[in-house]
Amino acid sequence: MPQFDPAFFAPQLFWLAVTFITLYVLMAKVALPKIGAVLDERQRKIDDNLDKAAQLKAEAEAAVAAYEKALSESRAHAHSVIKEASERLAKQAEERTRELNAKLAEQIKAGETRIAAAKDAALNNVREVALDVAGATVARLVGGAADQAQLEAAVAAALKEAGQ
Amino acid sequence: MANPIEQFKIKPLIPLEVGGVDISFTNSAVMMVIAVVLVTAFLTLSVRSRALVPGRWQSMAEVFYEFIAGMLRDNVGSAGRKYFPFIFTLFMFVLAGNLLGMVPGAFTYTSHVIVTFGMAIVVFIGVTIIGFARHGTHFLRMFFPEGAPLATAVILVPIEVISYFSRPFSLAVRLFANMTVGHIILKVLGGFVVALGVFGVVPFAFLGAVTVLEFGIAMLQAYVFTILSCIYLHDAIHMH
Repeated sequence: MPQFDPAFFAPQLFWLAVTFITLYVLMAKVALPKIGAVLDERQRKIDDNLDKAAQLKAEAEAAVAAYEKALSESRAHAHSVIKEASERLAKQAEERTRELNAKLAEQIKAGETRIAAAKDAALNNVREVALDVAGATVARLVGGAADQAQLEAAVAAALKEAGQ
Repeated sequence: MANPIEQFKIKPLIPLEVGGVDISFTNSAVMMVIAVVLVTAFLTLSVRSRALVPGRWQSMAEVFYEFIAGMLRDNVGSAGRKYFPFIFTLFMFVLAGNLLGMVPGAFTYTSHVIVTFGMAIVVFIGVTIIGFARHGTHFLRMFFPEGAPLATAVILVPIEVISYFSRPFSLAVRLFANMTVGHIILKVLGGFVVALGVFGVVPFAFLGAVTVLEFGIAMLQAYVFTILSCIYLHDAIHMH
């Protein structure tokens, strides 16, 4: 077999050394750093993107929290505005009712006064008519003028009896 | 029928001699140069675009890189990182030699025991130097494991010494024998195909199957050569 012919050992070993060392230098200085750089670059990019994704997620969560806070705040504000308005309206309505009541009471009082005055006037008229009628009646029956004082007392007594 | 040994013949192309030593540029050297050129071209041109999403060629280059880096990491650990270029070169050089040998008519430099032995002895000497550099004389403990009864030294030490020194030979012979036998089988089967005429289809079918097998062996033996080197490196760095 040619493999065991020592005559070819030297040239093969020499060229093995030359080519192997060449390949080693090319791999160590050129090819492997290049491939390694590509792989590192990719790993770095993946890590970067993951970091960025985590950061964006945190930002989104913060935004959601802020939104919810704003929502609850504005809800509370709306509640207070509504409460205030309804309180104010209730107060106004109450005031108006009170004013109206007062006015009505005044009017009732005035009416009552007027009615009382009218009643007094009417009663006075009744007394004078009764006095005239009684005087005339007495004059016809007795045939002379009746005592004015006695007439007045009698009419007053009759009116008092009827009035009460 | 062609002589199946013919394919292993060394043919000097450019006769050279320096200081009485024959360093002729032979067909073996041609294949080594082709291997260096192809491996370098493949690994540099494929990553030229530095694509974030790799194409077909770049993926292959990255697969080789990560395959060897992973092998070294698993077998040697982080201490093996600085030997990565050497282990990678070793793998690519053996793989390229084995695969280029599958090209019809090509010469297979890994079928020459002096070539495989040359690489194996470099690994052996390198690993031994690394072992002594890291552990000093404690590295001799390799030959007599800690905790073994002293009386067993008589048997253990010679066994360990023999097994240690047989490493380069087993490494070299394994690759050389696989390549040589595979190529002889291919040549013999090819001879049958021609000799049997029409009935040559039977050995031809068989030849096809064996060719596929030989491609598998070409890759497997490159892997075995490299992983054994990694294991020896592990022994030197971490001892047993």
